[in-house]
Amino acid sequence: MLDFVIKRLIQVGVVVLLALTVVFFLIRLSGDPTALFLPPDAPREQIEEYREKLGFNRPIYVQYGDFMVNAVQGDFGQSLRSREDALPLVLDRLPATFQLAISALVLSLLISIPLGVLSAFRRNSIFDRIAVAFTVLGQAVPSFWLGLLLIYFFAAQLNMLPSGGAGSITHLLLPMVTLAAYSVARFTRFTRSTMLDVLRKDYIRTAKASGVPTIRLIGRYALKNSLIPIITLVALDLGTLLGGAVITEVVFAWPGIGRLLMQSLMNRDFPIVLAGVFIIALIYAVINFIADVLYAYVNPQIRVK
Amino acid sequence: MSDKVLQVNDLRIRFRNGKETSQPIRGVNFHVKKGETLGIVGESGCGKSVTSLSVMGLLPIKTSEIVSGEILFNNRDISRLKEKEYRKLRGNEISMIFQEPMTSLNPVFTIGEQLSEPLRQHKKMSKSEIRNNIIAVLKQVGLPRAEQIIDEYPHQLSGGMRQRVMISLALLCHPKLMIADEPTTALDVTIQAQILELLKEIKVKNEMSLMLITHDLSVVAEMCDRVVVMYAGEVVEEAEVNELFDRPLHPYTQGLMKSLPSNNERKSKLFSIDGQVPKPSEIGEGCVFANRCPFAFEKCFAETPPAFNRGKHISKCWLQDPAVKEVMQNEERSIVNS
Repeated sequence: MLDFVIKRLIQVGVVVLLALTVVFFLIRLSGDPTALFLPPDAPREQIEEYREKLGFNRPIYVQYGDFMVNAVQGDFGQSLRSREDALPLVLDRLPATFQLAISALVLSLLISIPLGVLSAFRRNSIFDRIAVAFTVLGQAVPSFWLGLLLIYFFAAQLNMLPSGGAGSITHLLLPMVTLAAYSVARFTRFTRSTMLDVLRKDYIRTAKASGVPTIRLIGRYALKNSLIPIITLVALDLGTLLGGAVITEVVFAWPGIGRLLMQSLMNRDFPIVLAGVFIIALIYAVINFIADVLYAYVNPQIRVK
Repeated sequence: MSDKVLQVNDLRIRFRNGKETSQPIRGVNFHVKKGETLGIVGESGCGKSVTSLSVMGLLPIKTSEIVSGEILFNNRDISRLKEKEYRKLRGNEISMIFQEPMTSLNPVFTIGEQLSEPLRQHKKMSKSEIRNNIIAVLKQVGLPRAEQIIDEYPHQLSGGMRQRVMISLALLCHPKLMIADEPTTALDVTIQAQILELLKEIKVKNEMSLMLITHDLSVVAEMCDRVVVMYAGEVVEEAEVNELFDRPLHPYTQGLMKSLPSNNERKSKLFSIDGQVPKPSEIGEGCVFANRCPFAFEKCFAETPPAFNRGKHISKCWLQDPAVKEVMQNEERSIVNS
């Protein structure tokens, strides 16, 4: 087990470094940001001077080497715009993103697992059909549109909830629902299909033949088996949610990483983008690592190997 | 009649699949006596497993239906019991061992967790009592290091060991009837012999009846007191085991016996019965075996044969009809005379 953990931790490091490398070069494709920070009529010498000061005049591999050496030490440079350290700026936004992501995840799990289980158990019933129809709808509706609809009804028309910003539970509700809608649909469909699979297994028949009542059969014997694939899916989704649900955060002006990244990209504020990517890649990789460990916990066959 | 633990009378089962319906079981009769081992033989798809599942009340509720007939367990009809009532029997008074030991145990629960289920459901026992009981039964089925195995997971055990675990699961509540559905088919031959030996032993020790479902005649010869031969959803022959092997009356049974490879001869080709089992949808009037029977004559295609008794030997074949026999003897005589 320790071997397994160490190996996976090394992988986490590699993934993060690779992500930084890819983004570092990709972002350069957008061109030199220097001119953006100076007035349009700035003289050529001033631009050159500024470029030298920021280090953009050096060959790109030197810039890359420099960046990596600093990044490994946790230094991502300063925001080109505000001259503040980039990493703390990103970390400041982390709590808001966490709050939104976790609450959306909890909400979607609370809804989708019982829904999926029930749907599988009563397959082809009216209930099942309605549930399946809703999940298709949930997956098909884009989140920016759902977000706008929710704002229109609950904020603009009914005046019940704030349309954006953060600070209280009421601020959280709309973005949380928007973000959860897609996950609910995905998890429900997935729970339903894995549950259907498990219910057909021989060991379920064995448990039935032992006189196990239906609720216990499903809630204990079938659920644990169908949870294994669900864990992977949840981990993947949580990574995405935490990586900043960019659109949802922008629509609801939620002060999270996603919105910060979006703004920084628009401004070509490279240090912030890279610091943001670092945090997101790290979160993504760590969550997948946790999922693997959890996996081993739920499935004894992996544990022993 | 109280010596019969199980009595199945004229059982008919119907399956529904969308708008199509089929009747895989049509008028099955048999019984299991106290302390007896009854073998049910027949090829795949003849309805052996459906019959056994119906006794356990494990047929899929939505797609299957017992059309008529009764299943008497200790003289009580259980064929129309409510699920809740049935649950009290399952794993308690009737238990079942399945064909596939590799997939019949839940991979994410320990042996102990799974084995505690019947005791938990049917007996009022404390946790430690349950644990001690399980360990005792695991020892009884010949598993070494029972104290450790109880905390292990199924994938840590071999196929033979898993089947022993399945047997102990079926044994825990001291059932009156154990149904074993092809318990050794998935195992290799040496393990097969051990498992059969074990079944024999625990049957005597626990004073229970055993219903052994198999397609393997050598297993029947080894294990059973009485045999029921099934073909295409009907019982075509029933006899004491020695009687059946000495004097098989139904042409299907005779075909089965001939298909057995013999130790003494080396034939280039093994005998097989021509043709195929009719699909349930194709079965109409007449004997179900008529289309493959080497002795079939007009009557076989026109009328369904009733069960003809010769002592305790029952067979559903027109050749056993005294009237037909007489005609045939007369014909033979006339051939000889002319």
